[in-house]
Amino acid sequence: MLAAPLAGCGGNWQSALDVYGSSAISLKHLIILIVAVCSLVWMLVLIALIAALWRSRDARPVSPEPGRERRMTIAVTGAVVATVLIIGTFTVMSFVATRALTVAGQDDLTIRVRGLQWWWGLEYIGPDPSSRFETANEIHIPVGRKVRLELEGLDVIHSFWVPSLAGKQDLVPGRPNELTIRAEHAGIYRGQCAEFCGMQHAHMALLVIAEPQDDFDKWAATQRQTAAQPADEQTAAGLQTFLAKPCAACHTIRGTAAVGTTGPDLTHVGNRRTIAAGLFETTRGSLAAWIADPQTIKPGNNMPMVPLTPDELRAVSAYLASLK
Amino acid sequence: MKQSAAAPEQRDIDVERAQLTDALAETWKTPSGLWGALATVDHKIIGRRYIFTAFVFLALGGVLAALMRIQLAQPEARLLGPDRYNQIFTMHGANMMFLFAVPVMEAVAVYLVPLMVGTRNIAFPRLNAFSYWIYLAGGALLWIAFALDMGPDVGWFAYVPLSGPQYGTGKRADIWAQMITFTEISALAVAVEFVVTIFKQRAPGMTLDRIPVFVWAMLVTSFLVIMAMPAIVLASTSLILDRLVGTHFYNPAEGGDVLLWQHLFWFFGHPEVYIIFLPAVGMVSTMIEPFARRPTFGYLGLVMALIATGILAFGLWVHHMFVAGLPRLGDSFFTASSMAIAIPAGIQIFCWLATLWDGRPVFKSPLLFIIGFIVTFVIGGLTGVMVASVPFDTQVHDTYFVVAHFHYVLIGGAVFPLLGAIHYWFPKLTGRMMSEALGQWSFWLIFVGFNATFFPMHILGLEGMPRRIYTYQPDLPWHGLNLFVSLSAVILTAGFLLFFINVMRSARFGEIALDNPWDAPTLEWATTSPPPSYNFAMIPVVGSLHPLWDDRDGLPVADGLRTDRRELIVTTLATAEPQAREASPQNSIWPLWAAIATTIMLIWSIFSPWAVVWGSIPAAVALIGWFWPKGTPEDES
Repeated sequence: MLAAPLAGCGGNWQSALDVYGSSAISLKHLIILIVAVCSLVWMLVLIALIAALWRSRDARPVSPEPGRERRMTIAVTGAVVATVLIIGTFTVMSFVATRALTVAGQDDLTIRVRGLQWWWGLEYIGPDPSSRFETANEIHIPVGRKVRLELEGLDVIHSFWVPSLAGKQDLVPGRPNELTIRAEHAGIYRGQCAEFCGMQHAHMALLVIAEPQDDFDKWAATQRQTAAQPADEQTAAGLQTFLAKPCAACHTIRGTAAVGTTGPDLTHVGNRRTIAAGLFETTRGSLAAWIADPQTIKPGNNMPMVPLTPDELRAVSAYLASLK
Repeated sequence: MKQSAAAPEQRDIDVERAQLTDALAETWKTPSGLWGALATVDHKIIGRRYIFTAFVFLALGGVLAALMRIQLAQPEARLLGPDRYNQIFTMHGANMMFLFAVPVMEAVAVYLVPLMVGTRNIAFPRLNAFSYWIYLAGGALLWIAFALDMGPDVGWFAYVPLSGPQYGTGKRADIWAQMITFTEISALAVAVEFVVTIFKQRAPGMTLDRIPVFVWAMLVTSFLVIMAMPAIVLASTSLILDRLVGTHFYNPAEGGDVLLWQHLFWFFGHPEVYIIFLPAVGMVSTMIEPFARRPTFGYLGLVMALIATGILAFGLWVHHMFVAGLPRLGDSFFTASSMAIAIPAGIQIFCWLATLWDGRPVFKSPLLFIIGFIVTFVIGGLTGVMVASVPFDTQVHDTYFVVAHFHYVLIGGAVFPLLGAIHYWFPKLTGRMMSEALGQWSFWLIFVGFNATFFPMHILGLEGMPRRIYTYQPDLPWHGLNLFVSLSAVILTAGFLLFFINVMRSARFGEIALDNPWDAPTLEWATTSPPPSYNFAMIPVVGSLHPLWDDRDGLPVADGLRTDRRELIVTTLATAEPQAREASPQNSIWPLWAAIATTIMLIWSIFSPWAVVWGSIPAAVALIGWFWPKGTPEDES
């Protein structure tokens, strides 16, 4: 079921109109209702305008006449009263729907989402400290369960938005925010930073993967483990290169000496569907291309180009791809 | 009024008509040549300059928009990199808001308001000259910086911390903040001039209920400027302090607050929208009369709607921050206030519809733009109601839906009336008519091109496309609509090109205009096209809201003004009874020197805080020169 290809999984996978989360579903109903009423209002105004211009074809006296003025006053007043009623109804509806947005019960699954230029740091906080783990750019959640997201901007303001699941919420430095999401259907939902955050705002995507509780538990168990040991000579060389070059200064691979925190945690990077915050599908080839020249692929991002020999590059990308 | 005993006075009643106009022309003239052009304080010359400059910025901003549309026509396009694109969208927004939309409305009013209230020059004409030079300098600063690859790249809203010292390195954000300072100064200066002109210089008899709606709109707008600008003065100054001398207003690590910026910016930024929009609806209410062939229906309602909009404008800034994490109950208050603004907007729409319903419309290009305005602005208003709803907004905030919304409001709601106004007042500005055929063609191209360009953006937003992205990945389902939008923008561009061609051709070869070619009812049509330097040989006396319709045999006039020095009539605030003869300042070069000194100080202060100390010396010298008594006639009184 989750083997759906990243692209073109049929329909929109980042859309406020193609919804699979409880919050987004009720928002869509509200959106459709308000848009329908507003379209009706617009059409009525248009009909009145056309009628007014059409009438003009027969010549009439120019000077205003009290009887007509009075009738027009009544018509205009009626239209204003109708406006007030519609606006009042919208305000009440909106207030009720807003209250529904804020209901966040105590739930055992909490994920801390950190916005950075230009990727998402994720920390799963379980019921006890041993169940805690870190990953990046790919959120797994169990279907049908409320998940509390603690949102925090670490550098500039970002905004967490997975439209198929819920409305957006900003990640503001110094002011933690919260968002509750619940996926009603299993699937892969794309999200993207919605607050302008600098050079690579356009390439700051994430995936939310909603899966049955069993699959989620298996995934979480894998994530809690330290990194897989290199299985062959090339991946072993890859780990050596990773530790010897500046890579380890910025990235963590749990179970090795790499403990940098500037860049995403790579402990299970091979397990994630995409790299570089949703830019490419994760393959040995895309990893190699990214490591070889991150500044051409995603200009301005914080990963420098680290000069590697072709052998080193092959080894490092093979090693990272093996980190399932 | 004490007169100096020595100088023999010459009054308008003492001389024949021909001598009178000769004497007035001599007293009020702007000498030819460069010096005369630099020293003039004639509101018509400055107004025309202002309008021309603002349209140059419109064209430049349009070029930026075209570049963005080419970039976004296909996924992962390589025409513009992220750095250049971010500068371009920031420049487009900042340029269109600060250098085009606000100034162009003020510009049209600088030209028209003194004529419409029947006076000879705007109040504080030297301040008016100063405000234009400062505006020009601010615009030049922004565009020269952009040409030097130093253009701001933090969005027209410049949110901290992105624009702060840590993440906005270089001088780009400082250029933005200081450009704001320039436009603040010029807008505040003009606002003060309008308030005084409208309160104290109305023609005798122009009581409050006889003021043309456009002039009312400018009065409300001016108060909005005066009350909204201090917030952005505070915001941009503290940003510069954070960046230049290391204060921590916006640094959360040191007790600052990043949301403080958003509150201050939008407390200014939302009224800013009405600073653009209110003059435009004022133009519509005023222009609709000659083309509907009847007075605008519901004068009192229209004026009250303007005032109500002006007050509500200060109570809805938080709707720009619905996803920033403020308390939800507080958000709901701002939902209510944002939705409430639909009521005064509705009143105006219904009054215009009633006017057209009861009138006998003449389908000339200004009326076409008014009709286009009603059709598109109602869409923009209704999408405004949508984004005012917090839950709705959580899905569309910062997406292309909002881009569509505010272009419907700003182009549909303000640029359409403005283009109508240019067609309408062109004969008064230049003495020539614009081509009606080209006007109708440009209207249809702009109307069709605009809707085809911006309507699909609503859908793009709902389909998940965020704003301010320099590209998007090919696997996202947006490229079809984006290509359609970019192609439609070609039609829109063609419409604007045709408009500019029409303006340039008509200015040289257009049909010579009569004094009142549209048979309009307001005072600016009571004088020649274009008006003489002194506007009116004798100040008209107004007996109704539509003086030129109600006094078809010629307006009564007030006499007793001197012709040998610049004089105008000061009247009482409510009932416009003549109070005094007031001297109006002569031409002066000092406003230009003051503007240059201020410009040097402001630009220097981007680089060193000491500029504020040393740079204030030339500014002080210029101001002393400006106000030094020079024995000119105006010093007598």
